[in-house]
Parts: sequence; C-alpha cells; structure tokens
Amino acid sequence: MSGPILEMRGVSKSFFAIKALQKVDLTVYAGEVHALMGENGAGKSTLMKILSGAYRPDPGGEIRIDGQVVRIEGPMGGRNAGIAIIYQELSLAPNLTVAENIYLGRELSQSGLLARNAMREAVGPILQRLGADFSASTLVADLSMGQRQLVEIARALHARSRILIMDEPTTSLSAGESEKLFALIRQLRSEGLAIIYISHRMDEVYALGDRVTVLRDGRLVGSLDKPEIRADSIVRMMVGRDVSSFYKKDHDPHAKRDRAVLTAVNLGDGHRVKGCSLTVHAGEVVGLAGLIGAGRTELAHLIIGATPKTTGHLELDGERIEIATPRDALDSGIAYLTEDRKALGLFLDMSCADNINLAVIGRDARLGGFLDRDKARARADEAFGALGIRAPNPGVTVGGLSGGNQQKVLLSRLLATAPKVLILDEPTRGVDVGAKSEIYSIIDNLAKAGTAILVISSDLPEILGICDRVLVMREGHLAGELRQSTTSPITQEDIMALATGTEHVDA
Amino acid sequence: MPENSSAQAKVATLPSASDNKQQRLRLMIRAAGMLPVLLILCIGFHMLSEGRFFTGQNLGIVLQQAAVNTVLAAGMTFVILTGGIDLSVGSILAAAAMAGLTLSKMPELGALWLPAAVLTGLAFGVVNGALIALLRLPPFIVTLGSLTAVRGLARLMGGDTTVFNPTIPYAFIGNASLPIIPGVLSIPWLSVIALLVIFGSWLILRRTVLGVHIYAVGGNESAARLAGIKVWGVLLFVYGMSGLLAGLGGGMQAARLYAANGLQLGQSYELDAITAVILGGTSFVGGIGSIWGTLVGALIIAVLSNGLILVGVSDIWQYVIKGLVIIGAVALDRYRLQGSART
Repeated sequence: MSGPILEMRGVSKSFFAIKALQKVDLTVYAGEVHALMGENGAGKSTLMKILSGAYRPDPGGEIRIDGQVVRIEGPMGGRNAGIAIIYQELSLAPNLTVAENIYLGRELSQSGLLARNAMREAVGPILQRLGADFSASTLVADLSMGQRQLVEIARALHARSRILIMDEPTTSLSAGESEKLFALIRQLRSEGLAIIYISHRMDEVYALGDRVTVLRDGRLVGSLDKPEIRADSIVRMMVGRDVSSFYKKDHDPHAKRDRAVLTAVNLGDGHRVKGCSLTVHAGEVVGLAGLIGAGRTELAHLIIGATPKTTGHLELDGERIEIATPRDALDSGIAYLTEDRKALGLFLDMSCADNINLAVIGRDARLGGFLDRDKARARADEAFGALGIRAPNPGVTVGGLSGGNQQKVLLSRLLATAPKVLILDEPTRGVDVGAKSEIYSIIDNLAKAGTAILVISSDLPEILGICDRVLVMREGHLAGELRQSTTSPITQEDIMALATGTEHVDA
Repeated sequence: MPENSSAQAKVATLPSASDNKQQRLRLMIRAAGMLPVLLILCIGFHMLSEGRFFTGQNLGIVLQQAAVNTVLAAGMTFVILTGGIDLSVGSILAAAAMAGLTLSKMPELGALWLPAAVLTGLAFGVVNGALIALLRLPPFIVTLGSLTAVRGLARLMGGDTTVFNPTIPYAFIGNASLPIIPGVLSIPWLSVIALLVIFGSWLILRRTVLGVHIYAVGGNESAARLAGIKVWGVLLFVYGMSGLLAGLGGGMQAARLYAANGLQLGQSYELDAITAVILGGTSFVGGIGSIWGTLVGALIIAVLSNGLILVGVSDIWQYVIKGLVIIGAVALDRYRLQGSART
C-alpha cells in the first residue's frame, strides 16, 4: 500500500479553557472507509471541522496530505486540500437546481451571465457515475433525502475531492436509500477515494468500515483493523466500560396484563393512517415498528391531537375521551416524545429548567399566572439528578448540550406531567451509546411503575431489546402483532416480513 | 448552515465549570447590551454641548420625549418576541387619541376618556391578533393593512379635522412632573407611566406562565404547539397588548397636546418603536430579547434627538446621523455577540 493520503499528528483544539481535542492522531489511506466513532462530545465534529477549515487547530500538531504538511484555513481551505464534508443536515439550497447547487459559490459564467447549459452538461456525467435517477436541472426541493445526499456527493466529486467525510449520512434515509448509499460508498472506495465515515450505528460500521478509530473525551482511544471490529470492543472503547447489560429489563416482559390504559379504535386521518386500532396496558412496553413512511409518527400525532382525526376514537382507562389538541392529550395524561427534538421538541435558546418545566408551569403557577420559581428550580434539579443530565446547571441553554442530554431534558418535560401513557418516537435517535442505555433503563423503570409505553423505533435491535409486544405498521395499516415469549423470541426477520408484506408473497 | 455548525461546535465542547463562568459573563454582557452605547452618547453630547446635557431640566425633556415611544416599543417587544411585527401602532395611537379626545368633550362621560383611548387601542389590537392567530395570516401583511385602514378610521373620527380640548381631564399626566427632590429633580408623569409599563411588561415576560409561553412561541412555534401551549392565545395576547399600549400612547399624546389630528398624529411611530426594540437586542426571529433592552433602545433614540439639537446639528443631518448610529449600534451588537448562541 502506498503512503497515507491524510495524516494528522498530535492535533489539538481548545476553546478557551476547554480542550475539545487533545493530541489526536488519524491516518487515512486512499481506497478505504475509515469509521470514526465516539459518543457525542467526544470530539468527532471538532476534528472534522479542523479538516474542513472551519476551525484552526492549536499550534503543535500537523496535518499532512500525500505526505506534504498543509495548513487548512477558511471554508475554501478544506475544498482546496481535496476534502469534502457531507453534513448530517444537508446544506443544499432547495430552491435551486441540482446543477446550480453543485456549482454553488463558483458558478460558471460567460461575460457576467450564468452559463446554465455548460453547468448542466458538466454535471451530467457525474450524476451518471453516481447512478442518480434525476437530472441536473431538477429542483432540489423535489428530491428525496437520499437523492439530496447524492447531490452533495456529486458536489464533492465535482470539486475533485479525494477525501470524503460523511457525518451520520443515514440519519434521515430510509432503509432502501441507505442500502443504495452503501453500494455507492463501496463504489467510491474502489475508485480510490478515502472516506471518513462518522456514525453511531454499529451495523453500518460492520458493513462498511475497513478501519475504525474511536475518540473519547477529545482523546484518541485507538484504532481497530477490519478483523478486530467487534461491537463489544468498540462500545467498550467508546464508553470506557463494559455495556453488557445494554437492554437489561427489570420489569417482567411476560407478565399477564389486563388493565388497558390506552385504547385506540379505528383511528385514521384519511390519508397516511387508515383505521388503526391498538391497546397499551399498564406497565407494558409496546413497540411500533415499520418502514419509514409507514405512518407510525402520523398515528402518534393522531393520538395526541396534533393532527385532526377523520375516523375513530380513543379510550383511556376504559372511558372514551375526546382529544383535539396536544394540550388535551397532556391534560388527560398522554405524553408524546417527538422524533425531531430540535424542530418539534426543544426551545434551544431557553434554559434547561424552562424546557423541563414548560408543560407544568401552568399547573404549578400561583394566583394570576405567576411562576412558582422555587418549585420550577426544584423540579429541574430533581430531573437533573434522576435522569443524569450532564450540564453545568439547569440555567444553561439547552441548545449547547449534546444530543443525549437534550433528549433527557425533553424526556424530563414529559415525565414532569406524570403521564399514564408515554409515546416515545425514536427515543434514542442521534443519542450516544451511554445515554442510550440510560434512556432504556428510564423506560424500564417507568414500565415497572405502571406507565403504559408505546415506543416507535426504526432501530430493530432496540425494539426487540426493550419491548414486550411489537406492533408493525405498513402503509398506514397495522400489519400485525408479535409477542415476546420465553420459548420463541421475536426476530428482526419477523418484523421486516410484516413491515414489507413479504409473508403474503410467500403465502 | 450556520445554525448547524454552531450546534456542532457546542456538541464538541463538553460543558464544564469554566464554560459556565464564560456563559454567565456572556449573559451579563448581553444583558448590559446597548447600555454602554447609551452612556457614551450621553457623555459625548454633554461634552459637545458644553455641559448642557446633564441638567435636571434637559434630562426631564429627554425622559418625556422617550415616554410615548417607550410605551409603544414595550408592546412591540411582546410582538417581536413571538417572531411577529406590528406596523399599525402609529395609526392605532392616532385613532385612540381621536376617540379619547372626542369622548372628553362630552360633559357626562369626559372623565372616562383615558380608558376609552386605551380600550380603542385594545380593540384594534385584538382584531389584528384574531386575524393573525385564528386565520393564520402573516403579521406583516395584516398590520400593514391595519396601518392604512386604522389611519383612515382615525381621520374619519374627527371628520378629518383636528380635535381640541383645552380642558381635558387629567391633563397633568401630559405636561406635569412628579417632584422627586423639589426644585432639583422631577420626573414627568409621562415617564412615570412609561416606566410602570416597562416594569409591568417585565413582570409578565419574566415572572408569569404567559411570559414563558411568549418566549416559547417565538423560539419554536411547532414545538410550542406540541408542548400543549395554546399558540393562538399567545398571539392574540401579544397583538392585543401591542394595541392596548398603542392606545395608552394615544392617551398620553392627547394629554400632552390637548389635541389630536387623525392624519398627522403618530405618523411613522411604528418605525421608532421597532428601532428601539432592535437596538435593545431583541432578535427579529423571536424567542430572544428583554424588555430592559427595549428601554435602553428607546432612550438611545430620545438622547440622539435631544443631543443633536443641543449640539446644533441641522434637522436634515439629524436624520442621516440617527440612521447611521442605528445601523452602527446594531452592527456593534452583532460583532459583540459573535460566537455566542444563535441569534
């Protein structure tokens, strides 16, 4: 093998007194997929920002590309050095065409006028090479998330980048789109590109990674070569301890439950959800699985009154209830954790304490709607202790916390309402391993205390690990129900068969 | 995507004790906001005008000049905190003053003119709020419409003439002062009202459930709805409040002038009010800001007007300088806040 394409030696970065990175080494070769792993806050993003030129590293370290020491400065620095980043949240302008986006910032022009045709023609072959099923003149707004990612990759290839950094690229992709992306990544690898792949998902790292580098608390923990890549060793390196009891259940998954708490009868919105009926019992964790777009989140939104129902009704503790708004749902004891905590859950500029108390300040308030600040403070402190939220104090704004801590803040808001029914939509999305296992144990404890819990998740091992019963949705219908039993546990294949409808094909 | 990148930057830095201290310092600087600019302006004008700025009498004039705009800007703060805008406050002020003055001339109802002015403002504000909150129309368009329509109604009320009432009840609030140290320092009643409005606004914004909900709606409206906040109620309140305070401003103006003209009164007052809020550091996107900043912003505008006259700058150049100071102050603010959270 020839020398490494990228070599970072002793790279550090501090922000005032905080050391985000301490003497980190990273070696990447052309033609390999190098997985970079670590909990949120471990320093992955900082490292990537140094490579892109967004941050300037502290003096002392050194970055070599093809053996030459380089200084990467400013947003164009990364691009000039042949490095391209494909961000978690894509950075395309939806109102422009594919070609315009690819040329964004260095448009071709002829005597001051945009050379649209030339741009379109130059982009065509790249799209073809990527196997894109859209043309250069398509508006980005009309593309799916997976297709948009292709545009980002095309932009990188067009800039002749040789090092491609992908930051959690599958977060917003469906399973099918992810598969296509993996095939493309393998193709790019065989074409000699170096790909740095950041992900929390272990199965992706197995499938793609040639090497894995793990960071923890801004330090390099170590690198593993392909044969050594194993889940337990990576997790141990990431969290610094053994996580053998990842899906430990304290509540009895096989108990006979007869007290129905939430019953939905024939719920539908006439569009994405078509007549779904389900029951969740006290102390039960029910999983709601299905492909992206099957209508799971839409069903949850119907239950809590975020969107209007066209058919069906709800029963709580055996009595029919009317829920027209999310407020009604909270008042009757149904709390919903959104799948998109930044856009639909948290108030990023407000303090953790305000975020935690938001749903109950009305209940706590003194006469005239004046805030009970002592109670709010006590509640926030209690939540910090109970859920292990890691932030200096409840007064800091929630936008500055890591994904896992943000999720715990949002969860605290729901728990403050002491709900009878808890609907959790992708409770561990974008959350690191440590926080994940903490959230699982919170769910377990709530179930033990008698809360009825419905968990929507696309993470099949998670559904299998924490749920007592699994409902599977397909195209707006409940396609089936699977029960955990001591003799034959539910498998991922069972769920996928129901989710994709393959069992009908077989039959 | 700048938001995205700053969020990632924060994820990368583990919060620690020193980070906390830094954040607190940043919050303090943020809270002080434009106060240093205000002080520098005051001292500068004092020196340029050979000591005529810091006199009891001149400060009284400045406070009086700031009063009505402060009241309008307080209402505007509520609105802008939810991410909205209220362009109609100048017209509402005129309509409320006309309604108040007309009523003050009726012998048996005259004493009720001030509540009538305030309620007139509230009514227009509630109409704005209903259109925005219930019909989901964009605030800019709704209030742009009422800027014009209410101006027409104000002219209609007086038959397009100026309404005078030299014996208007409670005229003292317009021109008399509350003596603090007799003979040395007194505060105009208009300013006392303005300060009470600021204090009341602070109480609502920072000490009540409603206040938290206002910040929440401005910070993230979809999340607010899912969190069980009645977003329509919050919007109805802020536009109602803005209208009510514009009505109060109309009453203050009527008491000061003993007269009102539906065509001229309150012309482009909405711009001064918006300027005060922006100078005060409230984010135009909503969710971030404070009422104290708005007070400082309103004072900066008043000090500029007063100081430029004291120094003897011509009327034409006053416009140019005021505009540049506003842009400069906000640019300075942006620069100062760079690197801090999303603005």
